[in-house]
Amino acid sequence: MKFFNFHLMPYRHADLDAIAKNGSAWVTFSNRHYDPQKGAELYHDYLDQMEFADQLGFDGVCLNEHHQTAYGMMPIPGVLAGALARSVKRAKLAILGRALPLLNNPLMVAEEYAILDNLTRGRLVAGFVRGIGAEYHAMGINPAYSQERFAEAHDLIVRAWTEPGPFSYVGKHYQFRYVNPWPRPYQNPHPPIWIPSQGSGSTIRWAARMRYTYCQTLSPIAAVARFFQLYRDEADRAGYQASPDQLAWSNTIYVAETDEKAVREARPHLEALMNYFLKMPTEMLLPPGYTDPASMKRVRAAKVTGKPQAIEDVIKAGVVIVGSPNTVREKLAEYQDLAGFNTSLTKTQFGTLPDDMTRANMTAIAEEILPHFRDRSPQGTRREAAE
Amino acid sequence: MADHSISTIAIRDCRIRVMRGGAGPPLLFLHGGGGVGIWLPCMARLAKKFDVIAPEHPGFGASDTPPWLDTVGDLANFYLDFLDQLDLSGVHLVGSSLGGWIAAEAAVRNATRLASLTLVGAAGIHLNDVAQVDTFLSNEEQRIRDLFYDQLLAEAVVVGSQRPELEDAALKNRMMTAKLSWQPRNHDPHLRKWLHRIKVPTLLIWGDHDRVFPKDYAFAFEGLIPGAKVVIIADCGHLPHVEQGDAFAAELEAFIGAMRIAA
Repeated sequence: MKFFNFHLMPYRHADLDAIAKNGSAWVTFSNRHYDPQKGAELYHDYLDQMEFADQLGFDGVCLNEHHQTAYGMMPIPGVLAGALARSVKRAKLAILGRALPLLNNPLMVAEEYAILDNLTRGRLVAGFVRGIGAEYHAMGINPAYSQERFAEAHDLIVRAWTEPGPFSYVGKHYQFRYVNPWPRPYQNPHPPIWIPSQGSGSTIRWAARMRYTYCQTLSPIAAVARFFQLYRDEADRAGYQASPDQLAWSNTIYVAETDEKAVREARPHLEALMNYFLKMPTEMLLPPGYTDPASMKRVRAAKVTGKPQAIEDVIKAGVVIVGSPNTVREKLAEYQDLAGFNTSLTKTQFGTLPDDMTRANMTAIAEEILPHFRDRSPQGTRREAAE
Repeated sequence: MADHSISTIAIRDCRIRVMRGGAGPPLLFLHGGGGVGIWLPCMARLAKKFDVIAPEHPGFGASDTPPWLDTVGDLANFYLDFLDQLDLSGVHLVGSSLGGWIAAEAAVRNATRLASLTLVGAAGIHLNDVAQVDTFLSNEEQRIRDLFYDQLLAEAVVVGSQRPELEDAALKNRMMTAKLSWQPRNHDPHLRKWLHRIKVPTLLIWGDHDRVFPKDYAFAFEGLIPGAKVVIIADCGHLPHVEQGDAFAAELEAFIGAMRIAA
């Protein structure tokens, strides 16, 4: 299994009471709560952590894109990837991903990713996402066109990378007389494309057909197993057998000497993530048109309680793994076999977790967990396990 | 005895549901983003003097969602086709909110079949520095409350809106409303340049307490459409035809009646 150090870069000094009062850390949470002195320190702490992950032997580091939120300070992840491209010497550099429908000019992502791929001499992983619903409120993009714009922007970028230019492109949302970006990507034919999603069936099936690596975001492991099975089934229908390397689980891991100590240390920081940074009203998460009416109805029906989640809830559901080295190894092996993935996108910093604790956690994971999984692949009959 | 009928009409490739009742000059009522709703008491009253036609827009409720539907301009052209196909002339065109935007777009394009235009709490233009609720970020209850001045009426509407059989249509309506009006929000920056082309008598009916498109919008339309007349209805929110149906119908009747005398 491969381990990527996935950072959300939260503004961890955010006033949690103010977030609670506003109802969300997104879109309407005033940026007067952002202190540039503290923010600048955080950017450097977080970039240092990414470089530390490289030194510790993580296989990759991951950035992502969110707008107008204390949840993550990476509206333009390419800037941070640029800062890391020369200081992360060995690990892959993954942006998971750029939110394509938000772009009025997708060619700029073709260019940005190609530059990063050249700078890293072929260590870039190119993630494409639709962005969560909140981004459509934040960026003034019509959610009803999200799927059309994603499809069109994706096609345009891949063509820009693979077809010699110049050629012209005329779509419904994007039109270019000349498509001829310099530089071309370093990797041939282009950087690996990874597709993160919250579990949209149409996205999973599309990723399987395209043979793109599918990344499942923050979900209980039983749901992760079902989503990954959907991917394998679709691959079967498309006439090939999906490899576990095409499946990545985005999780949170915290390791300390004992289970009790790990839970005690992680609790306030993880609960800050779950109950403050992640919280948003349904109308913000799912604007009309962002997803089809059937999915919309499912989410509305499922929204029965808004009660705060305790760390015990997310541990039990297998959303996160928190415990002693032995517990974490056992759980991770169990989950790997259950869901059949070969990449762990691991948040080692989460919520309000401070720098020293993050580094201790990263070191513990590198020393106690990584070596045991270096050559480990999913065991057993995954298909049955996922039933 | 039913005073109106409900039928399905195909305009080219698109079938829509149409409520129609009464006799007299045609009065075409274009609904807002919430959907066509029921045959309102004001429609029953107007049907005593007019041939009231209340279609459900393409993309809403029981009507088809045609693949060509992207913009309010598409719907404006659709209703020009509609008038042609039904061969209606001397039409009194009335539009509420999103429907008002469609009506204004249609009137700018071709008013030859129109006798008058009435905009009711209409979208279509944008004013800076006017506080407006964000209907896409409000929860369902708040969104309904923001439509009404009378909060007891709002509560009754909230309760009525929770009937499960309405959910599919409500989701469909929300999705199409977003598609048509999310960005630029609730307006077309080019529309205001051409509103002077509307030459038919125009009435602007606004609720005194409209929180979605406050009455500043009525006065802005008044300045953009030659000869347009503003009527502000007291104790009323965004939907005068629902909240103050009698006052709404009376104003419309008086406006059209005065037109006839003048003619």
